Amino acid sequence: MLGIGWALRRVIRSSEDFFLSGRSIPAWIAGLAFISANLGAQEVIGMGASGAKYGIMTSHFYWVGAMPAMVFVGLFMMPFYYGSRARSVPEYLKLRFDEKTRGLNAITFAIMTVFSSGISMYALAKLLELVLGWSFHASIILTGVIVLIYIFLGGLTSAIYNEVLQFFLIVLGFLPLVLLGLKDVGGWSGLTAKLSVVATNAGFQPGAWSHSWKYMDSPTHNPMGIEWFGLVMGLGFAMSFGYWCTDFLVVQRAMAAGSMTAARRTPLIAAVPKMFMPALVILPGMLAIGMHATRGGFLPIGSDGQPNYNLAIPMLLAHYLPTGLLGLGLTALMASFMSGMAGNVTAFNTVWTYDIYQTFLRPGKSDAHYLRMGHAATVFGILASVVAAYAATRFNNINDILQLVFSFVNGPLFATFLLGMFWKRTTGHAAFSGLLTGTFVAALHYGLTMPRGASPGIHGGFLGTTLHVYPSEMALNFWTALFAWTSCFVSTIVISLFTTRTKTDDELRGLVYSLTPRIQEEAMPWYKRPVTLAIGILVASTILNVIFW
Amino acid sequence: MRLDIRWPIGGLFTITGVMLVIYGVVSDPAIYQKSLGINVNLWWGVVLVVFGILMLVLAHRASGGWAGWRRALSAEESGEDPRVG
Repeated sequence: MLGIGWALRRVIRSSEDFFLSGRSIPAWIAGLAFISANLGAQEVIGMGASGAKYGIMTSHFYWVGAMPAMVFVGLFMMPFYYGSRARSVPEYLKLRFDEKTRGLNAITFAIMTVFSSGISMYALAKLLELVLGWSFHASIILTGVIVLIYIFLGGLTSAIYNEVLQFFLIVLGFLPLVLLGLKDVGGWSGLTAKLSVVATNAGFQPGAWSHSWKYMDSPTHNPMGIEWFGLVMGLGFAMSFGYWCTDFLVVQRAMAAGSMTAARRTPLIAAVPKMFMPALVILPGMLAIGMHATRGGFLPIGSDGQPNYNLAIPMLLAHYLPTGLLGLGLTALMASFMSGMAGNVTAFNTVWTYDIYQTFLRPGKSDAHYLRMGHAATVFGILASVVAAYAATRFNNINDILQLVFSFVNGPLFATFLLGMFWKRTTGHAAFSGLLTGTFVAALHYGLTMPRGASPGIHGGFLGTTLHVYPSEMALNFWTALFAWTSCFVSTIVISLFTTRTKTDDELRGLVYSLTPRIQEEAMPWYKRPVTLAIGILVASTILNVIFW
Repeated sequence: MRLDIRWPIGGLFTITGVMLVIYGVVSDPAIYQKSLGINVNLWWGVVLVVFGILMLVLAHRASGGWAGWRRALSAEESGEDPRVG
């Protein structure tokens, strides 16, 4: 049945000729590609792992985090991205501010892509270890070689169409797993009963794993170790807005749409399936931990004595799916890991070659020279990903390390974007030093605090003194993002007031809200307008929050 | 003109679904112990086939139905690329 995988590959490859990128594509395709670009290992394995580790509170990543952020991107930020025709975040920063801001962001973005691809690599290697029984080291090497071949064969040329295909592959490959699991535990009520065992074992109220808001009055009452303020501001505001508004791996998909209105509708259309994604990725994690607690030995125990939550979904696949359907499930998983890795390594290659190497290190060389550099960057990117993959082995939930990286990179960046887009007084010097301050404060916060039960080092607290101990890794990430965002926001404002603008109003046209002509809405029925969609999405996610309160 | 993405998606899932149905029929029932005694290959195969055919039908309708095909065929006979237009 692994043959299906190869058959899929061949169909995907041979149909590539038809898919010309750069043309206008329908909004629903761009929308599916928009969420699919983020439906990699981090989503499938990471959200499953979080579902097991933190319970239904993981849904806040969707109904408090992604939904409002995607609405914001569609309504307010897309006009600037689409209007400026910037192809990457660093490019927008160069147009809006200056070269040094672009350079700084290019470096942090490159680091982020390496971590993202390293995390995908770790997930794929773990899967190979589990399925083929290889050692982890051999699996990592194999994974690196496969990705290298995949990229050099041009596996990303029709990225958007592959992503749409993958979206359906993941949905249709995972749905039977969820249905079987739910049937086995006796539906939602059966699952809640099992989860109450998990919660009481961990010393919480019985409903701590199955209520998303009820126990957020104090960090000590819920498994995520966060109270409502830290969650809404840290995750909902700083981190989610930061991610969805500034991660160009995602935003680029919307810019492929045919018109400004289509580009604005893309994130909004994407939000609809995204809203129901928790059923597909978080629920399996909750099923796995419920069974782990009541039937025993479901998840392997890591070296830290904690279950390895990352394996929640792979273990569930192996447990329920027979030969045949198992092939489909594994193909879906591998496809998402592969594209997650390839997408990030390719982004690393682009940013390194054009935004760092060509701009700062060796300007004015021949195209062939930069092409060679690009190839070298790909190889280097994969080697760096291997290092990141080994760093990921130190976390029992890859979502913890992923959100940590986001809190460093996207947290401060979102403050810079917000000010840059909505306050024309923001200067280049201020943006640069604000970003620097934000990243520095993130590192300082991370170095001075620790999650409970960790030892100083990769989990934080490496500066010697520990000022505060958070109940969980995720709580630490939320607060890191919040500190980084606030410090960047405040310092950018203050420095802007003390420096002079270098860009004229004319140069900032289309880049700043007050200097951009109001968008002329295309004539369309009211129910198709971005605003209507946006309101519908916000109402629906509020209802979901209330249902699982 | 671009190829409608629903063609490859529809084709792929129809083929995969048919393969799963066939495998579900011929496979040893003992392997379905892990899936709670349900022949998931058979049933999910049916779901995939239905989904695949739905995608194909939508793509077919978007391309103008049979009339669209006839136009494309006559265009091909007169030496034009049927995909253009």
